[in-house]
Amino acid sequence: MRAAIKTQTLTLVQAINDALRIMLQENQNVILMGEDIGKNGGVFRATEGLQSEFGEDRVLDTPLSEAGFIGAAIGMAVNGFIPVAEIQFLGFIYPAFEQIMTHASRLRMRTMGHYTVPMVIRAPYGAGVRAPEIHCDSTEALFTHMPGIKVVCPSSPADAKGLLIAAIEDPDPVLFLEPMRCYRSSREEVPEGKYSIEIGKGKKLVEGTDVTIISWGAMIPVALKAAEEMKIQEVSCEVIDLRTLYPLDQDLISESVQKTGRTVIVHEAHSTGGVGNDVLAIINDTSFLYQKAPTERVTGFDTPVPYFGFEDYYLPTEKRVVKAIEKVLSF
Amino acid sequence: MEKQFPILQIIDPNGNIIDENYENEITEHLIKTFYSHMVRMRVFDRKAVSLQRQGRIGTYAPFEGQEAAQAGSALALNPDDWMFPTYRDHGAAMAFGHSLKSILLFWNGRNEGCIPPKGKNIFPPGIPIATQIPHAAGAAFAEKLKGTRNASIAYFGDGATSEGDFHEGLNFASVVKAPVVFFNENNQYAISVPFHKQMNSKTIAQKSLAYDIPGVRVDGNDVFAVYFQTMKALEAARNGEGPSLIEAVTWRYGAHTTADDPSKYRDQAKSHQRREITDPIIRLERFMKNYGFFDQVWIDMVQKEAADEIDQAIKEMEQFPAAKPGDIFDFVFAKLVWPIKQQKEEYLEMIGGDKK
Repeated sequence: MRAAIKTQTLTLVQAINDALRIMLQENQNVILMGEDIGKNGGVFRATEGLQSEFGEDRVLDTPLSEAGFIGAAIGMAVNGFIPVAEIQFLGFIYPAFEQIMTHASRLRMRTMGHYTVPMVIRAPYGAGVRAPEIHCDSTEALFTHMPGIKVVCPSSPADAKGLLIAAIEDPDPVLFLEPMRCYRSSREEVPEGKYSIEIGKGKKLVEGTDVTIISWGAMIPVALKAAEEMKIQEVSCEVIDLRTLYPLDQDLISESVQKTGRTVIVHEAHSTGGVGNDVLAIINDTSFLYQKAPTERVTGFDTPVPYFGFEDYYLPTEKRVVKAIEKVLSF
Repeated sequence: MEKQFPILQIIDPNGNIIDENYENEITEHLIKTFYSHMVRMRVFDRKAVSLQRQGRIGTYAPFEGQEAAQAGSALALNPDDWMFPTYRDHGAAMAFGHSLKSILLFWNGRNEGCIPPKGKNIFPPGIPIATQIPHAAGAAFAEKLKGTRNASIAYFGDGATSEGDFHEGLNFASVVKAPVVFFNENNQYAISVPFHKQMNSKTIAQKSLAYDIPGVRVDGNDVFAVYFQTMKALEAARNGEGPSLIEAVTWRYGAHTTADDPSKYRDQAKSHQRREITDPIIRLERFMKNYGFFDQVWIDMVQKEAADEIDQAIKEMEQFPAAKPGDIFDFVFAKLVWPIKQQKEEYLEMIGGDKK
C-alpha cells in the first residue's frame, strides 16, 4: 500500500511561493531577483516572506531595469547560480527581449555546451482582471519562436508547483508563464514537499470521445466550462491542458485527435503566429488522415490587447468555444 | 555630488522667500494660478482614489504630494509644446489642458481617454517605465527640423533612470540638440524600492554629466523653484541649446497605485508626518499668509469650483457611451487587413452586431 501523500490547500500563487521556498532551502545557488520581490513580496505576493526568510542576498530587489537584471541573471547563471527572475507582468519583459533572444537562448549553442544558462524567468500574463494596459499581454509565441528556451504555462496550483521546480532544475533557460487570472481564482490540494512534473508533458483533464479541446493557462477554465456545457447536448469533449508550450507534447495531442477526429484549439493570444498554429502543424503531421473536420481555433484577435473597458470583447469566451465545437461537429 | 547639485529653493518650507532674485517675478497672478491648479489636482486625485474604491474606475495611480512638481513644470510650457507624461502625471496633463473627463475615461479602461483635446500635444501616459523618454527626444528633434520654437517635456520617476531607454533617450537628444526638458519627479520610491536601493548615484541630476547637458536639482515641493527652472530649461531648448535634465525632489504620500499597500515597505505614519515640511500646498498657503495673499473666501471658492468641475467630469465619464466591440478592430491599421476584418465580422455576427 502506498503511503498517503500529505497535501495542503493552496491557490496557484501560494503554490508558486511554496515551490520557490523549497528550492531556496534545497539549493544554495538558487537566487530570486526582480522588481519589488523583496520587502514587498512581489506585486502579486508570489515571493511573500522569502526575503525575510532567506536574506537580501538570495531574494534580491533589483533596480527597475529588465534588460539589466535579466542580462545580469545570464551572467550569474553562467557563473554557477540558478537565478529565478520575476518580470512583474509579461508586458514588461520587452526591454529584456534582446538579452533573452540573443544570449539566454543561444549561449549553449554558441559555445558548444561550454557555457549554459540554467535560469528561470517567471512572468504573470493575460487579461481579464481589469488591469491597466500592457499589463494584460499574452505573447508566449514570441518566446516559443526563440530556439533555446523552454516555455511553460501551468493552469492549476499543483501543476504550477511541480513545473516550477522542474524549471528551476532544468539545465536550460525556461520562461515560466503564470496566468494571473488563475492566481487566486481557485484552490486545490497540493502535495507537500518537493516534487516535479516533466516539462514537455501535457495533461488530459477530461476524458472524452467526440471532440478534443486543446488549451493552456488562463483559457483552461473557459475550455472546461465549454466541455461541461456540451455534455447537455450529449457531446463528449476531451480537454487537454498542454502545460508546456515548447516543446509541445506531440504524443498527447496526436493520441487524442486521432481518437476524436475533431479538434478545437483555444488560446488567449493573438491568432496569427499563435502557438495554436504549431498545435495545428502537429495535427497535420501526425494525424491528417484521422480528421473528420477542419480544426477550429478560438483565439484572441489580431489586435493589441485592448484597455480593460474592451477586454471582455477580446478574450475568448465559453460561447465562442461552444460555437467552434458545434462547427467541428456539424462539418 | 549633493554639493555639486544642491536642491534649489525659492520658497522655504516655512513659506519665506529665500532667493531674492525672484521676488519681483512672483506676481499675484502667478500665485493664484499655481494655487488653484494645485488644489484642482489634489481634489481630483483624492476623488479618483475614492472612485476606484467604489469600483467606478479601475486601478488608479495617485500623485498626492507631487502637485508642485507637476503644476510648476506643466504651467511653464507653451500651448504648442509636447507633453509626454507617465501614468502618475495626469496632474501635469490637467494643468496643460487635458480634459478631466478624458483622464477619468483612461482610468476606466477606455482608449477614448488617450485622445488629447484638439490642438494639444499630449501623449498617452507612458506605462512601461521610461519608454516615453526617447519619444520626447524624437518629437522635440522633429520640432527642431521643422524650424519651430516648440519644445517637449518628458516626465519620469526615479526608478525610470535605471532603464536603458532613459540613457538612450538622453544621449540621442544631446547629440542632435533636441529641444527637450527631461523632467524627473524623484518621489524616492519605485513602488517599494527606495532611492538608495535603486541606484548608487546620490542624485539624479548628476546623470546629466554623462551626456554633457545641464542638470539641476530643485525642491519639487516648491512650485516657484520648479516653474522658474523649467522655464529656464525650456528657454535654452527653444534657443537651440539642446536638452536639460531637471530633478524635482518630492514625495508621494499615498500608494504606488490603488493595487499597492505601501505599509508593506514603509511607515505610512512617518510619510504623513512629512507633510509638515514637504506638502506643496501647505507650503504655498504659508507663503500666501506670510506675504499677504491669503484670502479664505477666494480659497473656498477655488475648492468649490474644483469639486464642482470634477463632479461634472465624473458625470460625463459615467454617462459616456458603452464601449463598442467594433472599436478594438477598427484602429489597429488605417485600413482593415483581411485577418482582422474576418475576425471582426465573425465576432460581431456572433454577438448580434456592434453596440450603438
